[in-house]
This record gives sequence, C-alpha cells and structure tokens, in this order.
Amino acid sequence: MATQHSKSAARVMISPAVIFLLGWMIVPLVMTIYFSFLDYRPLRGVKECCVGFQNYERFVTSSSFTESVITTLIMVGGILLITVIGGILLALLLDQPFWGQGIVRILVIAPFFVMPTVSALVWKNMFMNPVNGLFAYLFKFLGLEPFDFLTQAPLFSIILIVSWQWLPFATLILLTATQSLDSEQLEAAEMDGAPVLSRFFYIILPHLARAITVVILIQTIFLLSIFAEIFVTTNGAFGTRTLTYLVYQRVLESQNIGLGSAGGIIAVILANIIAIFLMRIVGKNLDR
Amino acid sequence: MARAVTTRRKTITTIVAWAIGILIFFPILWTILTSFKTEAEAIADPPSFLFFNWTLENYTLVQERSNYFRFLMNSVILSVGSTLLGIIIAVPAAWAMAFVPGRRTKDVLLWMLSTKMLPAVGVLFPIVLIARTLNIYDSYILLIMVLMLINLPIIVWMLYTYFREIPGEILEAARMDGAGMREEILHVLTPMALPGIASTVLLNIILAWNEAFWTLNLTTVKAAPLTAFIASYSSPEGLFYAKLSAASTMAIAPILILGWFSQKQLVRGLTFGAVK
Amino acid sequence: MGSITLNQVTKSFGEVQVIPPLDLEINDGEFVVFVGPSGCGKSTLLRLIAGLEDVSSGMIAIDGNDATQVPPAKRGLAMVFQSYALYPHMSVRKNIAFPMKMAGVPQEEQEKRITNAAKVLNLTDYLERRPGQLSGGQRQRVAIGRAIVREPAAFLFDEPLSNLDAALRVNMRLEISELHNTLETTMIYVTHDQVEAMTMADKIVVLHAGVIEQVGSPLELYNNPRNEFVAGFIGSPKMNLIKGEEAAKRNAATIGIRPEHIGLSTTDGAWQGKVGVAEHLGSDTFIHVHVPEFTEPLTVRASGEFSVRHGDTVYCTPDESKLHKFDAKGLRMT
Repeated sequence: MATQHSKSAARVMISPAVIFLLGWMIVPLVMTIYFSFLDYRPLRGVKECCVGFQNYERFVTSSSFTESVITTLIMVGGILLITVIGGILLALLLDQPFWGQGIVRILVIAPFFVMPTVSALVWKNMFMNPVNGLFAYLFKFLGLEPFDFLTQAPLFSIILIVSWQWLPFATLILLTATQSLDSEQLEAAEMDGAPVLSRFFYIILPHLARAITVVILIQTIFLLSIFAEIFVTTNGAFGTRTLTYLVYQRVLESQNIGLGSAGGIIAVILANIIAIFLMRIVGKNLDR
Repeated sequence: MARAVTTRRKTITTIVAWAIGILIFFPILWTILTSFKTEAEAIADPPSFLFFNWTLENYTLVQERSNYFRFLMNSVILSVGSTLLGIIIAVPAAWAMAFVPGRRTKDVLLWMLSTKMLPAVGVLFPIVLIARTLNIYDSYILLIMVLMLINLPIIVWMLYTYFREIPGEILEAARMDGAGMREEILHVLTPMALPGIASTVLLNIILAWNEAFWTLNLTTVKAAPLTAFIASYSSPEGLFYAKLSAASTMAIAPILILGWFSQKQLVRGLTFGAVK
Repeated sequence: MGSITLNQVTKSFGEVQVIPPLDLEINDGEFVVFVGPSGCGKSTLLRLIAGLEDVSSGMIAIDGNDATQVPPAKRGLAMVFQSYALYPHMSVRKNIAFPMKMAGVPQEEQEKRITNAAKVLNLTDYLERRPGQLSGGQRQRVAIGRAIVREPAAFLFDEPLSNLDAALRVNMRLEISELHNTLETTMIYVTHDQVEAMTMADKIVVLHAGVIEQVGSPLELYNNPRNEFVAGFIGSPKMNLIKGEEAAKRNAATIGIRPEHIGLSTTDGAWQGKVGVAEHLGSDTFIHVHVPEFTEPLTVRASGEFSVRHGDTVYCTPDESKLHKFDAKGLRMT
C-alpha cells in the first residue's frame, strides 16, 4: 500500500514527533556537554571557559563517585533480585485457578499506581518510623527492640520501598508471559514423566526468559533514575546517594554546574550501554 | 483446555493468593484507614485496625492547610494536557509508521524509544536554564511540554502497536471508496483504534500524574502538582500521620481507579510490545 | 465506459521486478479473471489498476484517459477485498453509504441506492447490524453492496471467495455472475482457483511469475493452451503431461492428454498399466493408472461406475485428435 503520494504524506505526518524529540534530545544534551567543559559555579560568580576534561577527572576520581556507583549497583541489583524472583513466584501463583482471581490481581497491581512521593512518605513514617511506625509495634509485640530502618539500614529500606512499587510491574509482565505458555507443552512434559520442579526449570523458565530479560532491562532504566524516593526519605544521606542523586546535588544543591554536567554525561553514557541491549531485543521483535 | 482442579487444591491456592494479595495491598489499605482516624488514634499503641472513631476532619484540615484542590487541579491540567498534546502529535506519526512503513521506520521507532532512556538528571540544568531564560519556570506550558516529551515515545509506540493490528485492507477500502487522507484517519482509522487510543491516554495520564523528577525540580508554587504537594509533608511538624494519610489518599485515589481500568494495557505500553 | 488499457506496465519492489513489461486490453462490460498460482503477481496487477500501488513504468488508461497518476479515490473503480474490509464500527447501512458520503451524493439518492442494493443482495433485514454480527456470506454481500452503490466504471475483486466455505463459494460464484449479467459493468476478478476462472470469466488472463501466459475465453484455454503451463493449470483434474518415448514417437518434447480424453479398457489398448487409487465421485470415477514407461501415474476419467480394483491391469488409449503437443520450450506445436 505504498504509493508516492502516501509516502510523502507519511513523511509530513511523522515530522512533528521527530522534530520535537530531536530538539528535546539534542539541545539540552549539547548544552550539558558544553557546561561539562566549563568551570561554572554561579553562586560564586565563577564562569571560566574550557577547563578540558578537568571536571570529568574530578568527578570520576572523587570518592563520592565510587561510592555512588556502588550504591547504585547495590540498589538496582537488590530491587531487581526481589522483584524478579518475587514476580516469577507471584505470576505462577496468580496463574493457578482460585476464587477471586480478578480481585487479587487488582490488589497486587495497586502499588504500581501509587505516586513515588506518596509511597516513600507512607513507608518512611507509618511503617519504618522507630517510635510510631507499624513495624516498631510489630517488633515490640514480638518482644524485640524497635529498629530504626532509615538510619540503621537506609539502603535496605529504600530497596524495600522501591521493590514494593515495582513488584507489580514484574508480576504483571511475567503473568502475561506465563499465560501465553501453551498448556499442551506442560501436559506433554507431564506425560513424559517430568516432575513439578523439572517442568519449572526446563519448560516454564526458558519460556519466561525473554520476558524476564525485558523486565530487567526496563526496570534498570527506570531504577537508574530513582529520585523521589531518596529525595523524601534520606535526601541522599547515610550511603543512599546514587549516581543520579549525586549529579542532582552537584548541579542544584552545590551549584557546581561544570562538575555536575560532567557527571550527567557519565550517567547518560552508562544508561546508554544498558539501553543498547534493550533496543536489540525490542528491535528483533519489530521484524516479525 | 485446563482440566478440573480438585477443590482442596483450589481452596489452598485461594487462601495463599488472598493472603499475599492483601499483604501487598496493606500499605495502601492502612493509609486509607489512617486517614479516617484522629491524630491521637493514628499513633495509638496498640494500633487500632477498624474500631476507632471514624472522622473526616483530616480531609478538611488538609484542604484548609495546604489547598489540596489547587494541587489536584494542577495535576489534572498537567497530566491531561500533556497526554492530549502528545496524542495529537503521535497519531499522525504512528499512522505513518504503521501503514506506510519505509526502510527507516524501524530505526526511527527505536531512536524515539532511546530518547526515553536518557537519564533526566543529565539534562536537568539546561532545562532549568532554558526555563528561567524564557521566563516559563513553574508554568503550565513548561511542565506540559516536558511531560509530553518524556512520554511521547511511549504514546507513539503504543499507538503504533494498536494501529498495526488494524488490517491495511480496510484503509485501502476507504481509499477506494473515495476517502482522502484526512477522511481516512478521521472516519475509519480513529473510530477503529478508539479502544487503543483510550488505553494509551489512560496509561499516559497515569505516568504523567506520578512523574516526580521534573515536577519536583521545575515547579515551586504556581504549577506544582500533587507529587510536590505530598513532598511538602516530608518535613513534619507535630502530629501529622492522619493528615499525611488523608493527603496521600487523595493524591492516589483518582489514579488507582484509572489504573485498575488500564491494567491490561499496562504490559503492552511499558514493554513496547516486547511481551504479549 | 469501463474499458481499461495497460500499456507496457511494470512493477518493481526495490530491486525485484515482479511484473515485467505487460500489455493488456479489457473491454467495457467484460468479466475478466486473472488466474495463476500464488505469487504470480495477479493481486499486484489488480492493485496497480486500483491505484493502491504505483506503477514503476508504463501507463494505465481507464476509458481512454491516462489514469496512471490518478489517486485510487478518483479512478471511479470499486474494489471488493479478500477480507471484505468492512468498517467494523459502522452499521451495514453506513458501510454501504460510506463511498457515497465521501462523494457527496445527496441524502435521498443515497437512501434509494442503499434500498436497491439491499434488495438485490438480500440484505434488507440486516441494514442496522454491525459487520461483526453477520455471517461470512453476508459480509461478502455487504462488501459487494458497498461497491455497487458507487456505480463504478469497473469492479475489482481480490480473491473474494477464498474465505468462504465450499458450499457458500459455489453460491456466491453464481450470485456474482448474476450480478454481472444484470449490471453489465466491467469486472476484474482475481483468483487462484481455475474452476472459478472457468465458470465465471468471459476472458481469462493466466499469469505466471508476472508474465501473461495466455489470454482467452475459457474454452479457448481449455482446447488450445498456448504452452505447457496453461495446459497444466487449466482443467480439473490436471492434464496428463508425458515426456519421453511416447512424446518422441509423435515428434514432440511433451505430449498432453486430458483425463477425459483417454479411453479405458480391461482387455486391450495403447498403454498397459496397473490401477493405483480410484476416486469415485458418483457421476465420474478418476482412476490413477501406473504405466511402467511413464514417470507419473496417468489420471483417467471413467464415466459412471467403472468397477476396477487396486492392482488390476488396465489398458489406456488416448484420443489422438485431442492430444496436445509441446516443443522443448514448452510451447504448443501445431
């Protein structure tokens, strides 16, 4: 259905979207690259051109960079571990027949729709608060000392909060993938005498492999830029400063634009490395 | 077809599934319940679950103290505005890519997605600077544009997957029947794709509603939506659990309801068609 | 009104030329069938005429006017698609009205034409339904209705019956032929089914790999196939094509004989063979005879109930006057 006429019309219709996104991508990125080569600290009135790779060097060699990278890795890795394993188990459970499937599904999905600032604040105050939080009551009830989550295990606490938000996403996608498994395959395996665990490892898990990869990649992209949860709980203190948060602090809090911009470009590069893998998978899917 | 499952097994599954479902939902449930307590009851030891004096005073207090409705209006304006603007730009683009695919269509689609993966923090300062220079910092227009741009790839992508399911022959039939490009999109494509467009709108309203990085960093007062309203509770004064719960309930209730309607489309929208 | 001329038309998709230069003349009021195996370019040819694809070179004229650059909407042609392509969100009435709405036909005139079309196509009771609530045959009729009301210069049909079950297909075949008799408008019909082609066409165009193998009336093609391809494609069951000694005896590379032109005997004849499978259709029996000298079994028609059993020895004698001879290039020898 391609005639010259429709082809030129298509070009016209696609251009607004392309122009908008091109502008959105290129203009700020070029500016950031430019700033990353300046010594630019507006609060002190410093704006000097062309310090070369000095900002990059300072950003990468500072101890806070290494720390932030490690924090980011632990945070993203921990959340991925919890959500993917939890997601697989939940998906298999929800795939079984039981009464009230629809309602349970809705209950499980709900956290995904809670805005990040709300879930962070609710968890921080109403659950993790060492005096009045629900966990404190629970610990007391069990005869244990109340635990101050956000000061004693801040990173773990944030991992818990964000996992709660993203578990529904993993579950939903893995559930969709589980449901697309041909039940005859499982029945054939059963006829062949494969016990439950073998069926899981040899048939269900390979079938879910693609969905799991997609979950990991997409979550990674979103998780690398976690902001609100840190912003309202610890504000980056107690070893919860991720790379994103470090750059944010350099740019907006200490107003060292040059240094922050260099950090921003590094974050862009790291994110793109992951993005390439996701693109490959999505791209392959387009060919069908 | 699935074979018959023993009642015993189904009963056990039901109990386990409901227990886990309620556990996951509990923080939301607890927030909603607390919003109806007095501040003293909210931190009572031991916590009361259902048997407390139900009150609505927190809701009135929250509205009086921080003008909830203004933030709500801002959230509505920003999420609906950015989504509609995105749809207007994305429908023609998705039409072109779905029905007149060229050699580079796939690359364009993937490139659009890649813009979504740009870490926001990398371009934060330039955007703040541009906003200040143009004097649009903390304005609807700025936030609508930014939210539209970060969600545009998802909108285009979702519409594209919906459009691709419409058989090309129907559009050709319209063309044979004498419909021009405009009539074809208006009378045939749009009505047929309406369910798809509706779920795209829904999902993107949700995403824009919950977006926290840009809304926190680009607003102060005038255009601040509910994300910022809630964040203002992070430095508490005195007893505030019940009020925090009331504010939170009001911030998430509209979107929870919308979300439940859109759960089926969620998978498609957020995996870019990689999982079906 | 309704003559279509193709002059040196070609079509390439990228580097691949799917239709080499092609000429074709379709007269006003003719029922023309494009037939050929799948991938022969018959649908592409139809879409070129419709304007849904650009020609790579050459000219298409409708009623003597150059229409090569005219968009599909302005060519005055109506098309019935394989999938029917009904608008699922519109009622049957609105589906049929759509082309008239696009053309700005006055309301009363629209009503009149819809009523007429519905009467002709037995759709009167279904006008307010949605396509989803109709059976396959009814959807097909709506698609035809949508084409009729435009009063087009020509109708284009793209394998319109391939989604119907066998019984319905025979019915719709008759209805479309009836319609052609009533309307007397040019119809171009694409199918891969040579039975449809034989039963409906005034003129058949046999296509193979984008090339027109032969153009002619059904009986011309049946009696005088221009080459081996047409000989093998037209007629059911297929013509027996025999190479080797028997062909050489008759100074040809290949000889062809239709199953209905072979005499069968249990006592004597030209070719001796053993019975393989016998297909009893009631009125006819088709017997596959394995002749040792031939590479493929011979299909022979025996009228009525010719009772033989698997493994029986039979003798086949071709009717020499109905024998087709082809040279080494596969072309017909006279």
